[in-house]
Amino acid sequence: MNDAPYIERLNRPLRSYAILFLAFLYIPVLFLPLFSFNDSIYIAFPFKEFTTKWYAQMLALEPMHAALMNSIQVGAATAVFSTILGVFGAKAVTRYRIPGRTPVVFTIMLPLVIPGIIMGVALLILISRLGIPLSLYTVTLGHVLICVPFSMATLMARFEGFDRSMEEAAADLGDNAFWTFWRVTFPIVFPGIFASLLLTFTVSFDEFIMAFFLSGTDPTLPIYIWSQLRFPQKLPSVLALSSVVLVVSFVVVFLSQWLRVRGVAQIPGEGR
Amino acid sequence: MGDAISIATRPEGSGRGLRSRLRVAFLRSEALRGYTLLSPTLIVMAFAMCAPFAILVVMSFWTQHAFEFDTTLTLNNYREVIEAPFFRALMIRSLWISGTCAAVTVLVSYPMAYYVAFHVHRHKLIWIILMTLPFWTSYLLRVFSWKVILGYNGAINSGLKSLGLIEQSLEFLLYSPTAVVITLAHAWAAFAILPIYVSLEKIDRSLLEAAADLGDGPVARFLRVTLPLSLPGVLAASLLIFIPTVGDYITPTLVGGPDGIMIANIIQAHFGKVNDWPMGAAIAICMMISVALISVVYIWVTRKLTERIA
Repeated sequence: MNDAPYIERLNRPLRSYAILFLAFLYIPVLFLPLFSFNDSIYIAFPFKEFTTKWYAQMLALEPMHAALMNSIQVGAATAVFSTILGVFGAKAVTRYRIPGRTPVVFTIMLPLVIPGIIMGVALLILISRLGIPLSLYTVTLGHVLICVPFSMATLMARFEGFDRSMEEAAADLGDNAFWTFWRVTFPIVFPGIFASLLLTFTVSFDEFIMAFFLSGTDPTLPIYIWSQLRFPQKLPSVLALSSVVLVVSFVVVFLSQWLRVRGVAQIPGEGR
Repeated sequence: MGDAISIATRPEGSGRGLRSRLRVAFLRSEALRGYTLLSPTLIVMAFAMCAPFAILVVMSFWTQHAFEFDTTLTLNNYREVIEAPFFRALMIRSLWISGTCAAVTVLVSYPMAYYVAFHVHRHKLIWIILMTLPFWTSYLLRVFSWKVILGYNGAINSGLKSLGLIEQSLEFLLYSPTAVVITLAHAWAAFAILPIYVSLEKIDRSLLEAAADLGDGPVARFLRVTLPLSLPGVLAASLLIFIPTVGDYITPTLVGGPDGIMIANIIQAHFGKVNDWPMGAAIAICMMISVALISVVYIWVTRKLTERIA
């Protein structure tokens, strides 16, 4: 800690700005739950009565249940596949000094910066040329592609603070590569893996553009929400559904970030 | 290199010839083992990106005939995209909206990142999580919430009306390029904050002390030390926002209106209602090329400028 005193001095204008900024980040999203309890078909002030009827209406929608199940299936499959690929990739680039590490990591991270629509239409063309019908499987494929970078990034942070001597000890004591991984590496990196699973599940669960191009007749939840936005009379129940989705996403992501951070702090010598 | 050493120093089991020697070479070569471990991820990712792109490029030279593709290669799609004023205007508008959005987002995010990097000492992680949390929630819903706020009868308009401040709805709020820029800036803020924060956090604090000791005031210190050293983060942040937002079509559809339509809306239409995939592919590729060219020029100019300052 060699911070000069002038840095430590509290900067009030800057702090007010920071708080305003956080308000700007969070307040727009809060309007969805706010209006979902308003007893009016129109999303407008002033408020009418408080009601939970939109939630009841939302729960009664059969297509919503199907879409929710589709999203959960796609999300779970995406989380598992992208985390497995992420483990291989993150382990390889952090454990071994390999030539060309930077271009390799760059290639894997590329889907983060490519506009979603480009990836969506390119995959759509490939899949249709191969004659594969659009389905939840093709959506999962697209989601794995965009989730691997997130998984890699999460796991690389985790693997970098990893004490290699533990693995060496296991290898010296006669464990082969698999058992070393299973008995030493895995327990240490488990919080990272769990964080990656949660994070990739959320990304897939909320993803819209890839699903828009790659889903067949079974919609995922965001696609279902999109299709309902056209009907003004359905807007309140969409608001209710959106609020639930938002709350679940916030909780899951907060949990994953907290796990990731907590996990890293527990590795000795990695005091973050 | 644990297992490499332990296995390599084992007695070579009566020399099983080439195979065991290959095995030893494999285990000794760190690069080889690294790439073997990496191969599933790298192959899947490389294939899943290269194959679709290759066929996207090929298709952009085809022609659509009703429900069939004419696979003779032709430049007609590109000629149409380049010559039609409609596409050019739309492309320029999209690049303009995304560029504005990137500039605005970086400008408003910089003080925030600066605050967390330099002035937050306790609970720094909570701040970082708070700044990035909304980013992980549904993009569609975040954009939708702006439609709720800015709408003709939305939160702002109906709120102001019920307070008696305005009689008519403010029409400029929704369905305009401004609405698109605000919404995009909100949706992509995390992409700006993180790179800027990382580059600020990396700055050696003793440089600031040195500047202070040599008589620089806070403003001079910021302009001569902090800002130049954080430029890589600013550069990364602006590109991380500019590149993906050019291809956004959710935001223009929900809050853009006819004046806020962007090039991605047209691409999406060609794969949907218009049903002219080769044309859509050609537009998509033109968009990518424009974005890439602008990014390269931007990086080059920033490099030159920083070199001159330094």
